[in-house]
Parts: sequence; structure tokens; C-alpha cells
Amino acid sequence: MLNSLWLIPTFPFLGALILVLVGSRLSRQVAARIGAGSVGLAALLTMAVGYDFLNSGVGAYQYTAWNWFDVAGLSTSFAFYLDPLSLIFIFVITFVGFLIHIYSVEFMKEDEGFARFFAYLNLFVCSMLILVLADNLVLLYLGWEGVGLCSYLLIGFWYSEAKNGYAARKAFIITRVGDTAMAIGLFMLFSIFHTLNIQDILTQAPQVWVAGTSMAVVIAFLLLGGAVGKSAQLPLQTWLPDAMAGPSPVSALIHAATMVTAGVYLITRMHTIYELAPLAQLWVGIIGAVTLLLAGCSALTQFDLKRVLAYSTISQIGYMFLAMGVGAWSSAVFHFMIHAFFKALLFLGAGAVIMALHHEHDMFRMGGLKNKLPVIYWTFLIGAASLAALPFVTAGFYSKDQILWLAWAGEKGNVWFFLAALTGAFITAIYTFRMVFITFFGKAKTQVSHVPGKRITIPLVVLSILSVFGGFIELPHTLGHFTLFSDFLSLLLPSVSLREGVESSEWILQGIAGLLALTGVYMAYVFYIRSPRISDEIKSSTYVLHQFWLQGWNVDALYNFLFVRPFVYISTLNKNDVIDKFYTMLVRATEFFNGVFVKTQSGILRWYVMGIVVGAILIITISLFVQP
Amino acid sequence: MLPLLIIILLTGGIAAGIIAYWNQAACRWLSLITVVVDFAIILFIWIEEGLSMTLTDSWLRDSHIPWIPSFGISFHLALDGLSLLMLVLTFFLGILAVLISWKEIQYRVGFFHFNLLWVLAGITGVFLTMDLFLFYFFWEVMLIPMYFLIGIWGHENRQYAAYKFFIFTQASGLLMLLAILGLYFIHGEQTGIYSFDYFALLNTTLSPDTARWLMLGFLAAFIVKLPVVPLHTWLPDAHTEAPTAGSLLLAGLLLKTGAYGLIRFVIPLFPSAAQSIAPWAMLLGVVGILYGAIQAYSQTDFKRLVAYTSVSHMGFIMLGVFSFNELATQGVVMQMITHGISTGALFILAGILYERIHTRDITQMGGLWSKVPFMGVAAMVFVMASLGLPGLGNFVAEFLILVGSWQANQPLTILATAGLVVATAYSLRIMQKVYLGSSMQGYILTDLSLREKLILVPMCIVIIWLGLFPQQVINTARSTVANTMHAGNHATIHQKQDQEEVPNTSAFNTERREP
Repeated sequence: MLNSLWLIPTFPFLGALILVLVGSRLSRQVAARIGAGSVGLAALLTMAVGYDFLNSGVGAYQYTAWNWFDVAGLSTSFAFYLDPLSLIFIFVITFVGFLIHIYSVEFMKEDEGFARFFAYLNLFVCSMLILVLADNLVLLYLGWEGVGLCSYLLIGFWYSEAKNGYAARKAFIITRVGDTAMAIGLFMLFSIFHTLNIQDILTQAPQVWVAGTSMAVVIAFLLLGGAVGKSAQLPLQTWLPDAMAGPSPVSALIHAATMVTAGVYLITRMHTIYELAPLAQLWVGIIGAVTLLLAGCSALTQFDLKRVLAYSTISQIGYMFLAMGVGAWSSAVFHFMIHAFFKALLFLGAGAVIMALHHEHDMFRMGGLKNKLPVIYWTFLIGAASLAALPFVTAGFYSKDQILWLAWAGEKGNVWFFLAALTGAFITAIYTFRMVFITFFGKAKTQVSHVPGKRITIPLVVLSILSVFGGFIELPHTLGHFTLFSDFLSLLLPSVSLREGVESSEWILQGIAGLLALTGVYMAYVFYIRSPRISDEIKSSTYVLHQFWLQGWNVDALYNFLFVRPFVYISTLNKNDVIDKFYTMLVRATEFFNGVFVKTQSGILRWYVMGIVVGAILIITISLFVQP
Repeated sequence: MLPLLIIILLTGGIAAGIIAYWNQAACRWLSLITVVVDFAIILFIWIEEGLSMTLTDSWLRDSHIPWIPSFGISFHLALDGLSLLMLVLTFFLGILAVLISWKEIQYRVGFFHFNLLWVLAGITGVFLTMDLFLFYFFWEVMLIPMYFLIGIWGHENRQYAAYKFFIFTQASGLLMLLAILGLYFIHGEQTGIYSFDYFALLNTTLSPDTARWLMLGFLAAFIVKLPVVPLHTWLPDAHTEAPTAGSLLLAGLLLKTGAYGLIRFVIPLFPSAAQSIAPWAMLLGVVGILYGAIQAYSQTDFKRLVAYTSVSHMGFIMLGVFSFNELATQGVVMQMITHGISTGALFILAGILYERIHTRDITQMGGLWSKVPFMGVAAMVFVMASLGLPGLGNFVAEFLILVGSWQANQPLTILATAGLVVATAYSLRIMQKVYLGSSMQGYILTDLSLREKLILVPMCIVIIWLGLFPQQVINTARSTVANTMHAGNHATIHQKQDQEEVPNTSAFNTERREP
């Protein structure tokens, strides 16, 4: 079964191909079957391949489909590499992807571009699978750009509105900035290792470099550039909130569960290099810590339901970066998986709410949906609880708790990382339940026009089950000490060694984190249910700050000022190409002299005689004075 | 076999020109058949040779007919992997050029096809000739019919564009002629044998100064054709004003003759001189990449925009050729082919739109996707190719060039890579302005006709094929690239020796001065 690994990305690829070529002629039902079915097949196959892989006991499996190009020592193939890390990723991609496809069948059922939507979505799943299965960095780059393309296409899916197109282009261009850094990283890696095969690089790196070599640090930073672009971390985070212009299933699949965590995958995959480059690794952590705080604050002030979730995604990926910064690789991957479950759930829930309320995005015009949309309410509540990391019962608690603990207790951890993570957890609880209370409680402000059907509710229920029970496969020391997940990755990813004498404090930190989460929920309850006046007063007294956070710390305005406007200005200024002026002037000069000399040809004989005489005199005079 | 390729085109051109007096459709069919026959011949050669191609024997076919023996001029044609690839591209685009003119050209049909086929003949000659005199001859043969193509069947400002194109190319071509003659006489004086033959001239020993001047003569012709900023300003006008077939041949083939000239002549004939200007040449390449990309962003004329993207993409060729390594040079060969197809396709798309809505102004377009989805998908493929999306041919080309140029010059490679971001900006702008957004105008459009699909679908397939399975092309070009690198490396060794000598002499001088 392992040798059918290549079929996993192939199914969605074929789905996309069929839908692109003949999609417009297919009925919606057939298009839906092809679109969702191909990903379903991929998910089933992933189960089978994964089962075989676990039973076979091999550490990794490699499959080469064909040689891509081979020039002067740069040899790349379409080759797939399966190991525990890629297995977890393809499991999440195909399984969550499949649920989202099913959801989309109902969500998009009235859309004109039904087949086009599934074509893009399938192409995305294919690219994402190639990204995580690639055995060399060039193929990874192919998947990497491929998901970027699909993200662009799907953000701008409703293309007739100019603002969607703007958001799509913004996403593509900003991530391309990061990709460019990453590409330069690949050039450097090739010039050092003479290969771009990931495993070869990882085995050779410790032999070629000693820890802290500047070359390793530079390369690690360049790859980090790619990662922050895709994963919407500081300083390239600005595209993600705008990316919410796409349909909600897209936000769930691409901008929450899978693509935006590609940066996490890349860094985890290349973790050997980061361990040889402590400075770069520290910066991974710093970027994560700062991003999770900044994005958390922005999430507090949003009124668009999906934008809350977008900022929340940025913030949660910040946690993953923080985990990688302290070397807690398996915690980062664990949080990725759990986050994929609950954030996909929340986006799908938000999508269902928005659909039920006639495309109303503003939370303050929702309200009172608790009783009208009970399934959505309960599943959303579970997702929210997991996001807020309510202690013991939610998966989010276990995944986030690991990161909090290792940010403090890990060898590379420190008190600042820990405080950032803890503050972030508190903020998360507040904005999450602010969202829940505003949306589902209080008075109904918009009438429900559409009650979601089974295709929407079933994926929600499945995801909410995962958002609760997914956490129990990895329990901390203090609570059962069950480490299925990290054991699975232990051969591949080193575990964190703790600082001395911190072990006893684990339960205290857990207690603090749990209490903070609960306090956050209570505060949200006080502000938005019990006495909403308080929140209004806070809002009006801190109006400037509120606006600042609402606009995402005005980073957009800054980049517009620094990069976009100068570029457009210069480009427009020189539209007619200043260099051409030079040649035009050459032509003008020629014409000018032509005009001057034409006058000598006047047709008047006496001028000609005069000219001949003057010329003769000149020549004779010169020949007298200048002896050859 | 080789002269036949040219003769077919020349006679086909004359016949098509005459037959059009009686029947225009016959003229079109005859032209089409002429190019298809050439395409079939070259494919046949490729298939036959592709299997037995080795590294050592790079010349697949050679045909040597004396012409003016007293001056050492002969009709010498030879085919190696690079010329083979270029010819495949030439005839492929040639077929498309005939097809795309089927409806567009209704005025003086016979003369149009005569010119079209003669341009192709000139290009074929340029890619095959191994005699420098003959090379110059073909260089002119492809110039004059192209002048007519632009000047007679072009858009509003065609006269101006045609003159500009002609003067730029002609002036730089004359410099090349001077350099050819210089090389001819120097070689003749040294050996006593006066010959224009490429293989004879390859072994000329030149003093560094002479080599530099002669090289600059060749370089002038090639970098105007390529074009390199700041010699590019003929290109936006010529591309914009030319009829669609003209733009296709200009972008797809004529620019490639410049790149071909660099690889075939400049580096093998003047290896050390080329080495010595490499940093400047690479710098010009990078300037071209960035300048072309920034210019492209602000254009509102569809064809002009695509023309500037050509300037940008040709910068990669300059960067790659002067990196002097196999990776970059293979990338250059790949870039020549993929750019020919992707940019050619964008010109075709612009032409197809112009036939329908009679404007090239992209601010007048928008929201066309819903009306012409097939065209939209095709445009998406080529726009993505133009921004270098992996999976499409252009990525392989640009990636190889950049990996290669990184070994040669790192700061310039970083700048060139940054060009990819700008490429994203201008490429997506095409999509947005033309196909996406809301439709302001009440255009009534029909989607691609069968003929247009026959043009664009093969182009899509080829660009994807090149992106996923480029190895066949790489293998075909390998021996030529290896030979070029051999010449280049030879020069590197010489140059290193020179450099080692230089400090010695200066030390010697100071010693002398001290007492």
C-alpha cells in the first residue's frame, strides 16, 4: 500500500484537471462528486498508507515518480517522502480538507462558479500535499507556490468585486516577498551542499557546519523569510485579514487549517539547520511571541466575525513559532493539528452563521442565534472553548499548555517568552468569548434566512469531536503523562531538555494558565452580557488605541507609505520611458541640422559661387599653415 | 537536408505571394503547409538524433557548399542541439503565426505571407549558419521583411515603429559587420587563409584589446536585439504596433536571435574578453529585469505591457549567459524557449481581444472572465508562467539561471530574484484589469473559436510540459552548453594566469622605482 503514496496528491490533481477542462458542462451534482470525491479518496488512501506505514516500522518511505531536471549536479525529482511528520500533515490536509469539501457542496450550491470553486480547491489540496510530501526543496517550492496560486484564486473567487481582487493580489505579492527570500536560501543551500534534497541536506549540515556558523544563520533567516510570508507572521502578516474576502470554506481550509501553517512545516522540516543557527531560532521565537500578542490585541477590537478569526489564526500560528523558537518541535506540530481542527470548525461555523444571515459579517448585527441555530451554536462553542484553551476538557488546552510550559521550562525558553504566551492566552480567552457572546447571545438583530443542512452540520460535528478528544493523545506529566503524539515524532524531532529544577512547578503554571483562561471568559461575560456599558465605556475612552488595533497596528498604512506608493509613483511617473527621450532628442538633433543645412541649398547661383570661393580660400589657408 | 529547410521557406514564400492573386485561402494554406513541412523535418531530425545524442559529438548535421571561394565565403550550415531547439521553436511559432493571421490579415494577403515566410527563412538561416558572412546576410534577411510586416499591417503608429525598429537593428548590425570584417582580416593575416568560416575563426588568437573591440561589435548587434536596457526602446513600439503575428515572431524569435548570438558567437569567439565584461553585462541584465518590470507595471496598453515584460525576462538571459556556468546557460536556453511561448501567447491573447473589442487599453477592459472563460483560463496559465510559477516552463528557466548566477555574483542575483516580486505585481495586474473585476463596458464577446483554441491549447500544453518534463530539452542542449562552457572555462584559466602575472609586474615596477 505504501507504494501508492503518489496517488494521494494525484487524486485531487485529476479532480482539478477534470473540473477545469469540462467543469462548466457538468451538472452540479457530478462536479461536487468529483470535487469532494477526489479528496475523499485521498483521505481514505492516507488512512491506508498511514496504517501500512505504522505497521511496516520503517522510519521513512520514499517514492520517485520521475526525474524533473538534472543539470550540472542539480538533480531534482518528483519524489515523495513519507515520514511521521509528513504523515501527520497529509492526514490533516486530506481529512480536514475532505470535511471542508463536503461542507462546500452545500455552502456554494447557489454559486455560478460551482465547478470552478472545486477545481481550485482540489488544485489546492494537491499542491499542499506536494508541499509536505516533497523530498527536495525545489519540489517543496513548487507546492509552496502552488498553494500561493490557489490562495490567490480563491481569495479572489468572487472576482467581480474589485476589493476581492485587491485582497487576492495583496496576498500573492506579500507572500512572494517571503518566497523570494526563501529562493535565495535555496541558492545558498545548493552552493554549499550541491544538492537540494532535504534529507541529504539535513544529514550533511551537522558535518559541514558547527553550531552558530554565520552561513547557517543566514540560511535559516532566509527560510524564515519564506515561512513568515506564508504563515502570516510579523512583518508579513498583513495579507491574512484581507484574505477573508474569500468564501468561508476557503478561509477554513487554506487560511486556517493548512496553507498558513506551511511555514511551521518548513521550519520543523529544516529543524536541524535551526538548531545549528541558535540566533535564527531565537528570532523564530521572538517573531512568534510578538506576533501572537499583536494579533491577539487586534482580534479584541474587530467587528467582522471572520476578521476576529483571521487575527486569531495569526496569533495561534505565533504560538507555533514560539514553540519552534524554544525547540519544542513536536509541540508546534501538535498545536498545528489541534488548531487545524478547532479553527476549521470555527471558520465553518462562522461561514454557516454568515450564510444564515444573508452574508452579514458584522457580529454586532448578529446576536441571539443560540436558539435559532443550535447545532452551529454548540459546535462553535466547543471550537471556541478549544481556542480559548479551557482547562482539562478541550484539546486546545493540552496543545497550548505544552507550549506555555516549554516556553518557561525549556532550555531555550525564558521568562519573556512565557509571559508573552501567558498574556496571549488570556487575550485569546477574552476575544474568543467576546465573539461567542456577541454573536450567539443577546437580542437577535438580523433574521435567520437559511437553516443549514446536513452537509454543513456533519463536518461541524466531526470537527467538534476532534476539537475535544484530539487533545487526549498527548497529556502532560501532571495529568496522566500520555505521550502518543510526541513518541510518534520522537525519532524525527528532538525533544526539549528542561532547565534544572523547574519540573516541580509545572502544575503551578498549568493552574495559572487555566485560571487565566477562565478569567478571560468571565471578563468577556461581564463586558458583553452582564453590563455591556462597561465595554462601551472602555471603547470610547480608548478610542485611538481601539482604532489602531482595529487597523492591525496600522502596518498596512506603513507599508503603503513605504513601499506601495513609491513604487506606483515611480512606475507611473516613468510610464513613457525616460530613456526613449534620449533617442527622441537624437532624432530632433538630426532634424535640426537637416533644417540648417537644407538652407544652404537655396538654388541661388551666386551663393554657390560664394561658397566655392570661401571653401577654396579656407582649404588653401589651412594647407599653408598645417604642414602634413 | 539543412539548406532544404531554408529553401522550402523561401520558395514557399514566393509561391504564396503569387498564388494570392488568384486565391487568398490557397495562399494561407500554402504558407501553413510550408511551415508544417519544415516543422515535420526538424521534428524528424530531433527524434532521430535525440536517442543517439552524446556529449562529445555536438554537431548533428553539417552541410558545406562553396559560394564565393575567392573571399572564403561558403554556404555552410550546421546543426547542433541549440540550433535544433531554436528551429523547433521557430517552426512551432511559425505555424501559429500563420494561423493567427488567418482572419486578422485581409489586406495584401500575398505580400504578407511572403514576408512572414521570409522572416522565418531569415531566422532559420541565422540559427543554422556557420559562416559569418552568411550570418550577416541572414541577419538582414530577417530584418527587412519584418520591417514591412510592422510598417504595412501594423496598428495606428506603425510607420514610426517600423522605422525605429529598422534603424536600431540596422545600425547595430553594421557594427557587427565591421567586427566580422575585422575578425576576417586579422585571422587572414595570421594564417594566410582568408575565411569567414565559424570554425576557422574560432581559433583566432587576438590581443585583449582587439578582442574587446571586436566583441563589442558583435555585442552591439545582439544586445540591441535582445534587448538590453538602455537599448530597448525600439521594442515597446515595435511590439505594440506590429500585427499579432509580427509581435509573436518578434518576441518569440527575433529576440532569441540576440540570445543565440551571445551563446554562439560572443562567448566562443571572444571568451576572455567576454569574461572581462561579465560583471557589467550581468549588471545590465539585472537593470533590465528590474527596469522592464517596473515599466511594465504602469503600462495601460496590453501589448506594450507585455513588451516591457519581455525586456524584463530578457534581462535574465543577459544575467545567465554572463554567469559562465552550465546551470545558468541551460537556464538561458530554457528561458529562450519558454519565453518565446509564454510571451508569444500573451501577444496572441492581446491580439484576439483586439479583434473582438478593438482596443488594447486595459483600463477599458475588466470582468471578461465571465464572458470568455476559456480565454481566461489560457490567460491565467500564461500570466502565471510569466511570473515564474513552478510547474510551468519559465520557472525551470529562471530557477536554473538564478542558481547558476548565484555561483557567479551574489548581490546581483539577489536583485534579480527581487525582480520576481515585481513580476508578480505586473502579472497579476494583467489578470485583474482584463479578466477580473466588474465589467464596465457592454462588450459582447465570443469565446475562443476552434482556430484560436488550436493555437492556444498546444501552447498551454507545451508550457506545462516544459515545466514538468524539461529534461529532454536540457539533454538536447547539453553538448552545446558544454562546448560553450569549455570555451569560457578556458578563458577563465587564461585570465587567472593573467591576474597572477599582474601583481608580479607591479611589484617589479615598485622595486625598480625604489632605488
